[in-house]
Amino acid sequence: MNGKTVVMGVIGADVHAIGIKILSHAFEGAGFKVVNLGVMVSQEEFIEAAIETAADAILVSSLYGHGELDCRGLREKCEEAGLRNIPLYVGGNLVVGKRNFEEVEKTFLEMGFNRAYPPGTTPERGIEDISKDLGLI
Amino acid sequence: MKTLAIDFGSTFTKVSAICMEKAEIIGTAKAFTTIETDIRDGLNNAMKELHGQIGRVDFAQKLAASSAGGGLKMVAVGLVPALTAKAASTAACSAGAKVVKTFAYELSTAEQQEIFDINPDLILLSGGTDGGNKEAILHNAKKLAEIDRDFSVIIAGNKSVAQDVLDDLVQGFKHAVICDNVMPEFNTLEIMSAKNAIRDLFMEKIIEAKGLTEAAKLMDAPIIPTPLAVFEGAQVLSESLGDILVVDVGGATTDVYSMCSGVPVMTNVSLKGLPEPFAKRTVEGDLGMRYSLDSLVEIATIERKAVFCGDNGETMAELDKFRALCAADPSFVPEPSSLFGKFDKALCGMAVNLAVERHSGKLETAYSPFGQIFYQTGKDLTDVKYVIGVGGAIIYSPDPAEILTNAVRDEYSPEILKPVKPKFLLDKKYIFAAMGLVSRVDKQLATKIFHNELKEL
Ligand code: B12
Repeated sequence: MNGKTVVMGVIGADVHAIGIKILSHAFEGAGFKVVNLGVMVSQEEFIEAAIETAADAILVSSLYGHGELDCRGLREKCEEAGLRNIPLYVGGNLVVGKRNFEEVEKTFLEMGFNRAYPPGTTPERGIEDISKDLGLI
Repeated sequence: MKTLAIDFGSTFTKVSAICMEKAEIIGTAKAFTTIETDIRDGLNNAMKELHGQIGRVDFAQKLAASSAGGGLKMVAVGLVPALTAKAASTAACSAGAKVVKTFAYELSTAEQQEIFDINPDLILLSGGTDGGNKEAILHNAKKLAEIDRDFSVIIAGNKSVAQDVLDDLVQGFKHAVICDNVMPEFNTLEIMSAKNAIRDLFMEKIIEAKGLTEAAKLMDAPIIPTPLAVFEGAQVLSESLGDILVVDVGGATTDVYSMCSGVPVMTNVSLKGLPEPFAKRTVEGDLGMRYSLDSLVEIATIERKAVFCGDNGETMAELDKFRALCAADPSFVPEPSSLFGKFDKALCGMAVNLAVERHSGKLETAYSPFGQIFYQTGKDLTDVKYVIGVGGAIIYSPDPAEILTNAVRDEYSPEILKPVKPKFLLDKKYIFAAMGLVSRVDKQLATKIFHNELKEL
């Protein structure tokens, strides 16, 4: 256990269940306390879970191409709910088709995410970044 | 051998004599509860009436439940409304408490005043999963400590700060106990420990506060809250009958108890929200036949567009007369065939309808980019086998089955997961609380009596 709690889930009406399972096992293996909300998770559910568990970060996954729509406003709602400056991460297949990822990344960073990941990102990559951001390494 | 089961109610003290060999109720009687003088006076009056019916009998054991003096008045405090605040109120409700209000997030000064005004017997304080949020429960402990009332606090939140919370409360001269977190992990519900703590405090503190100490000495087992006794009665009954729903329409509230897992019956439905307990109780304070008649009429007319016996001016005036009569004399029972009797029946049906609806799970349809998906919140009761009617308004009605039909799923509102094809049973002698008490000493006996006494409609 590294003493850090992360809340994760697949946002919106997205039912892709496999990636989030793998992601949650990987984070647990790396010593995180994981609160896995599973699939079809609303913004409110991410926030409520993060408040109650005093989470150190929120990881959003989106596979079905509607990530941009589903994630809009999450940062503002976090601020409103008192989760000030909580690190937000997002990954999966964030948009439909093969849009240039730099453009996609820019969109999500502007929305208030701390980091956004392209399709096929390994859990290890995420673990390394988040560990760094949370001051573990 | 005979057992005496006593229920010190808020209005009436009810006694039931049980023949253990025959597994039957051989007599019931009631008299006004006498909390102002000595609660034993009312008991003696009820006993006199009972002896008048069945002659002098010696009781081998005496058992009692109580909701005298307003019952066990509680306030639940949590962090997120849908999470620990809900878990806390669920725990308190299933311990037989009357949860007057549930508070979430950090308590404000106005809310302190509100709690002062409610003047609860006990407060269940939760907030944060184990290792989770600490600030809210610490803040709330300090706020509660400042309230100048003599309540006890059960601490059932984040274990990491439970001792600090206790210290803060003790500083404010509050009696406080620590039990397990009602939500140790995110979205899990652990209510046993809190439930036991509430029961213990009820015996230690509330019995005395409500003037029951002397009466308690006459009993062969500790006095428990009446709703808890009803709850345990229902639990025993469900062990032999399967999934059941108990609806108790009273003068002040309508209580609903369900004993079933409540998981979705349909396959393509996903569950949302906090897991639901197998044994669940809800209390509707705005749906009652006498003390809450005004709110019941209001909700029925506004929410359900209910029309009572024609909407011409004449019947409306009669309805107002009926309400005035009930307000002046809460023990008023109208002649069933009269117009007032019809009001009573229609309103009782409405109370059942609304209370069961609020207790039931709801199905929501979400339209995703890929078609319909279904979410269920709460318990799916569609497969419940028996609906059992309790309470004067139902049991003295000439047509209880029609009243209970209101507990059945409405084909025009299939999203409300009420029972679809239940059988109806009637608790003619109001034995649920008594059976809960008996089940604590002899479960099999309670089961037998239930089967002998409940009438299928
Ligand atoms: C299996 C599958 C399904 C199954 C899902 C079953 C289930 N319950 O899980 C079903 C058949 C239901 C399905 C449905 C649909 N699917 Co589909 N599906 C797939 C498929 C073939 C595999 C997904 C999978 O499990 N991958 C394996 C896991 C381990 O990988 P992963 O999900 O990518 O997750 C990993 C990483 O991305 C990363 N990761 C993910 N999130 C995050 C977040 C952070 C912060 C980090 C650091 C890392 C990270 O870590 C994970 C673990 O290693 C993919 C194609 C593919 N090969 O990826 C399409 C795919 C995802 N589906 C797609 C589509 C379009 C759909 C549908 C819309 C099809 C339709 N028109 O009906 C529906 C959507 C339904 C819905 N409401 O969600 C598209 C999405 C296209 C896009 N985004 O541009 C894909 C990419 C196929 C394609 N090439 O067109 N699908």
